[in-house]
This record gives sequence, structure tokens and C-alpha cells, in this order.
Amino acid sequence: MSEITPGLWELVFKGLWITVQLTVYSAAFGGVVALVVGLARTHRLWIVRFVSGVYFEIFRGTSALVFMFLVFFALPMGFGWQLVPMWAAVLAMGLTYGAYGSEVVRGAVSAVAPAQREAGIALSFTPAQSLRKIILPQAWPDMVPPLNNLLIELLKGTALVSILGVGDISFAGQLVRNATGQSGPIYTVILVMYFVLAFVLTRGMRVLERQARAGIGQAPPKKGGLTSRLGIRQQNQIAAGGEG
Amino acid sequence: MQWDWSAVGEFMPMFWDGVLVTLQALVLGVIVAFTLGLVWALAQRSRLKVVRWPVTVVTEFIRNTPLLVQLFFLYFVLPEWGITFSALTTGVIGLGLHYSTYTAEVYRAGIDGVPAGQWEAATALSLPRSRTWFAVILPQAIRRVVPALGNYVVAMLKDSPLISTIGVLEMLGEARQFGSITFQMVEPLVVVGIAFIVIAYPASLLLRALERRLVR
Amino acid sequence: MSADSTPNDPNVSTTKETANPAVDGSELIRFDKVTKRFGSNTVLDELDFSVASGKHVTLIGPSGSGKTTILRLLMTLMKPDEGTIKVGGEYLTHEERGGKLVPAGERHVREVRKNIGMVFQQFNLFPNMKVLRNITEAPVHVLGLSKDEADERARELLDQVGLGDRCDAYPTQLSGGQQQRVAIARALAMRPQVLLLDEVTSALDPELVAGVLDVLRDIAQTTDITMLCVTHEMNFARDISDKVLMFDSGRIIESGSAEKIFGDPDHERTREFLSAVL
Repeated sequence: MSEITPGLWELVFKGLWITVQLTVYSAAFGGVVALVVGLARTHRLWIVRFVSGVYFEIFRGTSALVFMFLVFFALPMGFGWQLVPMWAAVLAMGLTYGAYGSEVVRGAVSAVAPAQREAGIALSFTPAQSLRKIILPQAWPDMVPPLNNLLIELLKGTALVSILGVGDISFAGQLVRNATGQSGPIYTVILVMYFVLAFVLTRGMRVLERQARAGIGQAPPKKGGLTSRLGIRQQNQIAAGGEG
Repeated sequence: MQWDWSAVGEFMPMFWDGVLVTLQALVLGVIVAFTLGLVWALAQRSRLKVVRWPVTVVTEFIRNTPLLVQLFFLYFVLPEWGITFSALTTGVIGLGLHYSTYTAEVYRAGIDGVPAGQWEAATALSLPRSRTWFAVILPQAIRRVVPALGNYVVAMLKDSPLISTIGVLEMLGEARQFGSITFQMVEPLVVVGIAFIVIAYPASLLLRALERRLVR
Repeated sequence: MSADSTPNDPNVSTTKETANPAVDGSELIRFDKVTKRFGSNTVLDELDFSVASGKHVTLIGPSGSGKTTILRLLMTLMKPDEGTIKVGGEYLTHEERGGKLVPAGERHVREVRKNIGMVFQQFNLFPNMKVLRNITEAPVHVLGLSKDEADERARELLDQVGLGDRCDAYPTQLSGGQQQRVAIARALAMRPQVLLLDEVTSALDPELVAGVLDVLRDIAQTTDITMLCVTHEMNFARDISDKVLMFDSGRIIESGSAEKIFGDPDHERTREFLSAVL
């Protein structure tokens, strides 16, 4: 039994930095996947809808951890040793969470009133212009809250890479546990770190949502109770709200 | 890399053992998640602040931190406090506890979705609080949220391989063990990966059908 | 239900003497300087009024004038900001303790509330229960009736509202008018002294209104239940009311018999209102 030494703390903070990097890169890659697949799923050609739909369905049923194992073991080991685990992780996370995100994109885009599309056609916009200037700006505010939930899920999901040897905070936690022979303090510290990261992300997304709504002339969402003051409130996207 | 069918054949007996453990952990975990979630949801509507606040803080904390670290916490820290469970029990508790914070939100949305008139009618009839909850509000709330709860069953299935990290030999655990013995990792992983899709896809089709029927 | 079943039935009264006054015109409901605000909007402004036992009182006035708020206060669906309400001599939301008025506990409220029934604009039937159980749920679990007793009472009431054959239907399988008649039966099954009717026909298609009003007329004529009624059906109000209260901006600006208010109102606002709705 021993204290967590400064050297071990350094390890933890290095791990924290890796976790942040993993989250940012995976979110960026996943965001692109979500946008492309989500839009493909609303495409007018059935074959595009079909292929993107299959992609979504496969990842809906896939266990992220099993998929990550597959990516790690099945990927050719052509690159340098250190590079592979991190980027393999980003690839796996981006593909998985991008698939979930495509559902958010698809839902929000198809929720934009058909009259808005027609207005775009009436103004002779190209489909790309119509998408960029009319559809996406209106769909975006509705996407932010569910994407925030996904982002938190992604942050939590990054812990999985520790199993495959990427040195994130969860990995650092195991090292510290082995070094000190104590589990309680280090795992408590690590859980709190994840919670703080989630808090920061949610705050950031809240700002983003407010800007997005203001950008199309909508009032910011109402304040909630304690949980919204804590800053981490996940609205469940379920059908329970509606009446009858 | 060569695909080796014989490795698949050799893996199958272990695979079926893993399937059983996965399903066992899933069923037990779901029971924990559904019951605890209801407890949280009701506690969060308590009139007492001393009940509401701690429950809200704890559930927010659990929901916003990784299941993996929580499993390690339960598996390594609890014995330090003198509480020891088997790996499977720890896994079930971890999985159930984590997802109870999600089902709590689902129940809560379901309860909020019951029209105010139902509460008012119950008040007008002087129904006692327990009767109002169990005969009027919850039957309506739960009916609305069955599909959402079902989605979390699928999510729990997909997260169940995490318990292999504390040594439970469910599907992924068996695959990893097979790989460590034979150094053939890809074949068992592909089998397990397909198994998850094969279980999850019909389940989600079923849920969507259920959703259309129940939520009108 | 026959005319004598309500006041003389032992099931109606609670243990308290005051809760079961004879129908002698004595005071059953009293509002004393009741104020209710929503934010900065004062809905009821130091309202005083009383209703004698067995009377049928209709509240009329423009929307937003506080009529429905009165019913909701009586049903304890909301609390007054100031003032007191008495029902059958008992304070509704207060209790006397050591000569002082304090906010009432849950039990006290429940006890007084048992004498009051309410029919809602949107019916508010329990969709998860069949018609019969909607009616028997409260008698069994609040009044402690046996299942058989409650069933029998419910069937009688359903016959009375013309739905004797729909015991096993779910509320969603009924028309709006039928649902509202079940809701009336449900309220009556508790044998209340006071029945509150909150715009009970407003949510109905026009052709279904008459059936519901006929049922209510029947109850008004054959029982001694005290009725407080918020309605826009002026003919119905004229038929059943012993007294009409005209509301405007949270105050009663005029009250009197139905003939007086509908025939020759004193107040200019009343005249305007009636000419707009009649």
C-alpha cells in the first residue's frame, strides 16, 4: 500500500490528455460519418438509402467493444507500432458513433418542413445549395441535444481502448492500482475526471445549441431543475412525451 | 492473414457456453436496471429534498461516467471494503446499476407524459397516493415507455462484453480465451461479432413493431 | 339513483356531524377573502361567497374571469394564496390548532375532500381501466366498499346515465359524450355532497351535448346534491340554477336567481356578456 506519487499523477494526466484527444478526433471523424450517412439515408436514390441503411443497421446491432477488438486484430500491422492503437481506436469509435449519429441527422433533416424544400426549388437553388442554406441550418438546432448525448456516450466509450492497451485515463488507472496496491482512491479520481469532462462537454454543447437557435430566431430552451444546473441532463428521445 | 474454418469449428463449444453466460448476465442485468430505475424515478419525484437531491446527483454521476471504470470500481474496490461478489454478480450489478440511470430517465419521461388530468381525476376521487401511482399513473406511464426500455435492453446486450474485463466468460471472454490459447483471434471475434448482430437485429425489428402498436 | 338515496344514505356521511347537514338551506361552502394569483395576474381578488346546501349554482362570465379557478380550489387541485375556504363547516386547506389557523395536513384535506366530486372538461377517465373499474376504483379503495357493493352501485349509476351495457368497454372505445356520462357516474359513485362541473360539455361535439345535459338535469331534479357549475350552455344554466353568479376579472359583479340574471340583469357587463353568448 502506498500513496499516489507525483510520477503516477503525471501518468494519470497524460492519460487524461489521451482521453481528450481520442474524444476530439473520434467526434470529428464520427461527425463526418454521421453527416454523410445521415444525408445518404434521405437520398432520393433507393440504392444509396439502402446501402447507408445497411451500414446503420449493422452498427446498431454491433457491440462497440467487439468491433474494436476486430479492428485491432484484423487491421494489417503495416504502420508504426505506436501509431496504430490510437488511430485504430479513432477509426472504430468514429465508425460506431457516426452510425448512431446518422440517425440523429436523418431524423432532424426529415423533420424540416417539406414547404422549405419547395421554397428552395422555387428559388432555383441547386440541391446542394438548398441543403447548405435551407435544410441544415434549420435541422441543426434539433440535432445538438441528441448529439450531446452521443458525445457523452463517446467519451465514456473511449474507456474501452484501455483494454486494448491505449494509454488513456482508464489505462493509467490500472497502472496506478498496480503500483499502489489500492483501488479506491484512483478509481474515484478517475470517475470524477470523466464526470468533469462530461460536464464541460455538456456546457459547451449548451452554448452551441443556444447559438444555433438564436441563429434561426428561436428562443433558447427553458431552464430545467437541479440536473440542468448540474449541467448534465440527458433528454431521452422517446415517444413517451406525446399524448394519446 | 488466412481465414481458418477449423478454428471456427473448434471455437463453437466455447461460443455456446459464452452465449449462455451473456444471456444470463443480460436477463439479470435487465431485471436490476428496470427495478432500480423505477426506484430512482419515483425517488426523484419525492416531495422530500433529502431524497430527491442525493438520488439525482448519484444517478447523474453514474450515467455520465464509463461503465468500464465502474465495473473496475465494483470489482476491485468493494473487496477492499470487505464486500466480495463473484465476477458474474459484480458484472450484473455494474451493468444493471449503470443502465438503471437510463431507465430512470425513461420512466420519468413516461410519468411526465401522463396527462395532468389523470392526477386531477385521482385527486378528485380522493384516491390515496399509492393507489394513484400503482393503479393510475404507472400503468399508463410504463405502457408508453416499453419501446424505449426495449432499446436499452439492446444497448445492455451490446455493452455486456465489458464484463469480460473482470473475468466473466461471456461471448467475448470466451473468444479472448480461445485467442490466447490458440493465437487465432480473428475467427472467434468474427463469430461473436456476427452473433451480436444476429441477436440484436430481430430484437430491434420487434421493438419497432411494438412501438408502432403501443405508442399511438 | 332515486331521489332519496343520497342524503339519507349512511354511506354518504363521514363520521363528522358537520359534514352531513340536512338539506335545510344552511351554508355548505364558504369562500372568505380568497385571493389567487398566477404570477402577477390576480385571478381571484378577495372573493367572498357562500353556497347553501342542496342549491345549484352556476358561475358565468368571460373566460379568464376565475370561474374554473373556484372549482379547482374547491377540489384542492390548487391552493389559495390568501383567504380560507370552508366546506360543511370544516376548513378545506387549513386546520385549527390551538386557536390558530395553520395549513392543513394531507389527512385533513383528504377527509374534507371526500365530500366533493368533480366532472372535468376533458373527462379524465383512466384509459387503463374498463368503464366499470373507473367507477368502482375509488369507492373500493377510498370508501372501503366491498367489490360487490361497488359493482352494484356502479351498474345502477351506469343504467342511470344510459350506459348500462358498456361496463366492459375501455374509455377510448366510447364517444366523448359517453365518456363524459361515465365520468359523471364515477363522480356520483362517491356519493359526494357537492358536485363540481367544469365546462363539462365544452369538449364535446355539438350533437353529443344534449345527452350529457339531460343526465345532469335528471341529477339536479332527483337528488339533493349541491352543484357548482361552470358552463357556457346558458339554457341549461337557466333550467337548473337556483342562483347565478356573474364573474368578471376575479370578482362577482352580480348574483341572483336565474330569472333575474338572464331576464333583467342590473349590471351593464352582464348584459354585454349575455348578449354575446346567447
